[in-house]
Amino acid sequence: MPAFWHWFVAAGTIVFTIWCIWLITWSAKQGPQNVADDDLVGHKWDGDIEEWNNPAPKWWLYLYFITIAWAIGYMVAYPSLGNYKGMLGWSQEGQYEAEIKAATETYEPIYEKFAAMDFIELSQNAEAQALGKSLFASYCTTCHGSDARGAPGYPNLTDGDWQWGNTEAELLTSIGKGRRAAMPVLTPALGGDAGIDNMVKYVKSLSGGEADAGAMSAQPMFVALCSACHGPDGKGNKIFGAPNLTDEIWLYGGSTESIRETLVNGRNGQMPAHGDLFGENRTKILAAYVYSLPQERTVESD
Amino acid sequence: MRHDTIEKSLNLMVVLIVLAISIGGLIEIVPLMMSSDVTEPDEGISIYSPLRLAGRDVYVREGCYNCHSQMIRPFRSETERYGPFTTAGETVYDRPFQFGSKRTGPDLARVGGRYSDDWQRLHLMDPRALVPESNMPGYPWLADNAVDPELVTAKLRALRLLGDPYTDEQIAGAAAAVEGRSELDALVAYLQELGTNRKNRR
Repeated sequence: MPAFWHWFVAAGTIVFTIWCIWLITWSAKQGPQNVADDDLVGHKWDGDIEEWNNPAPKWWLYLYFITIAWAIGYMVAYPSLGNYKGMLGWSQEGQYEAEIKAATETYEPIYEKFAAMDFIELSQNAEAQALGKSLFASYCTTCHGSDARGAPGYPNLTDGDWQWGNTEAELLTSIGKGRRAAMPVLTPALGGDAGIDNMVKYVKSLSGGEADAGAMSAQPMFVALCSACHGPDGKGNKIFGAPNLTDEIWLYGGSTESIRETLVNGRNGQMPAHGDLFGENRTKILAAYVYSLPQERTVESD
Repeated sequence: MRHDTIEKSLNLMVVLIVLAISIGGLIEIVPLMMSSDVTEPDEGISIYSPLRLAGRDVYVREGCYNCHSQMIRPFRSETERYGPFTTAGETVYDRPFQFGSKRTGPDLARVGGRYSDDWQRLHLMDPRALVPESNMPGYPWLADNAVDPELVTAKLRALRLLGDPYTDEQIAGAAAAVEGRSELDALVAYLQELGTNRKNRR
């Protein structure tokens, strides 16, 4: 705060505090000693109800003085007079830093301990799983759901089908750096409605649907257009996050309409990066928790 | 002087009341208005682009501030969940600021980039399609309402009068920048940049 405003605030606060003390003292002097017994304020209600011109009660007056004394004590202890820091040296930033420091000292050793552990071992450690579960509840449920079963466009993490892979390195990248999938718009290449319909049928046939002549006519087109990412047999490729099309697990839904929409409008699935928010240790615990989700499900259903 | 002197003179009473109630403002508010911590933008804070400005006004119009704050307080419990605490220099181009006072939904001060654009769009149209437990209302009409290019241009001019550093080119290009965009586009553009000037660091 520049010097002028420092003095403006400091002097203003002190002057007005003194003024408050003077005002209260002055008005208290308008006490009974100065008021004649018959001193009425001059109003009359309902014919005969009148008001004495009495001072405020003593307890009321003392409350004012206590408030002012509290304010003066506060001004000495805390930063309230311009640039004056207060005798306690308290600051908002300082309190925050202290809180962070205390928490770091308490929790970091726990995270450090897990950071040193083997990934698979970590995914079976009950304490780490409890931590992972609470991290998941805080940060992941809005997209992947509180049961981790996802939503259309947001992968189910419990089904054992991993769009981007489930090794330690792959999961750490997915959570820490984020992922961006790109299913291009294929309308121009597919050649009109009939071509799109045939491709939809062919894609459905990959996961056990019936393949009629129309569907089979789209096969060369699938090899030419789609196999670069989804593979010639449609089993997907986790390097591009291209889903396996043969496993009856559908990221955007497996109905004719939604497959058609995928082909016509494309899809741009995105997992936002969380590495800066979590830090390495938490990312690893969360990755291990996510890794364990399909197993946990199996155990529970048994 | 007795109190009835004041009570019986309207002019004197008005003067004394104004004096009494302006002291707090003079000491607490006026110095802040003059302080560069509060009136100058933080590093990375820029004036709103036309589309984001339109989105911000949709945010205000739909009353998002009734349930979402944009004020991360300096407590660990808040910075753990939402990211670094909010500073005054981050809100200098907000007229009015969107601090809010109540959180039925989460704080949005650093929501930018936390979800994908697709997520934001679908979630604004139908929140329960993505978050079954959500009690946020849907805003499906935003996709059908177009942003008014002339209105955005007028807003930019008005903000320049208030001191926001919009250039002539920015004002001339504002209409083209929002042409054909829906209110949903604008709101998503606004949300996706919220708080992205500061990285969440650990």
